[in-house]
Amino acid sequence: MASDAKAPAPAPHTYAVGREKIREYARAVGETNPLHLDLDAARAAGHQDLVAPPMFAVVYCASAIEEALFDPEIGIDFEMLLHSGQEFEWGPLVLAGDEIATSVELAEVYERIGMTFYVLASQSRNQRGEVVCSGRWTEVVRPRT
Amino acid sequence: MSGPPQPGEQLAALAVTPDRYVTIRYAGASGDFNPIHVDEEFARSVGLPGRILHGLYTMALVARAQTEAAGGPAHLRRLTVQFRGVAVPEHEIVVESVVKEVDGNRVLVSATAVQQGKAVIRGASVELEL
Repeated sequence: MASDAKAPAPAPHTYAVGREKIREYARAVGETNPLHLDLDAARAAGHQDLVAPPMFAVVYCASAIEEALFDPEIGIDFEMLLHSGQEFEWGPLVLAGDEIATSVELAEVYERIGMTFYVLASQSRNQRGEVVCSGRWTEVVRPRT
Repeated sequence: MSGPPQPGEQLAALAVTPDRYVTIRYAGASGDFNPIHVDEEFARSVGLPGRILHGLYTMALVARAQTEAAGGPAHLRRLTVQFRGVAVPEHEIVVESVVKEVDGNRVLVSATAVQQGKAVIRGASVELEL
């Protein structure tokens, strides 16, 4: 590939949000809000289906993030990888039945105190094209000694 | 929250003692099966005290503290954290949050998650919409 050619963006990964996955995730992180667990309560509150907790973003982003991290052109040394920081900004709520398409790009690479930092930017849209979550994932690779 | 929050006001703290197997359930729920979270022997072999909690699990506790204080998931608009130190199962984690700024219905909050006297998430920045 010519060095000035930008690599084509990988196709977005689509994740179908399921009721039981929302319940499983909500229980794993100790959520007790019935919007995440009880369909009748979610409907009574005006939602069409169970509501995903905001941090459920890690579930629907996972495969797109993994693909970006495993990109051989980035060449991350996995054994020395640590998750250093995370930012999420949320749009409309994600509900069971939604289809979320996530794209990820490498936004920044920088060196600091002898370590390499990689910042991945994710953008997730629902089936109506609304951005439900934007993420910045900062991963750091410690030097091998 | 009763009435509009004021800068300096503490939001309700969240205290959670993750049980012994929480990392296994979180691995299944999130798909992150990194052995430092699920394999005691492997975790020790890389210099950790044992299996450690997923950083994104601890971040989810910080998020839950905010949505519970604010009255539901729709109020959490943004959350930024830096992961510091390692958190482990079977020791209490306390999330504390303090209001920094109020601008109309936007509320900026700063939060920490502390375990055994050490911040595992410090200076988390939160934006709520009330």
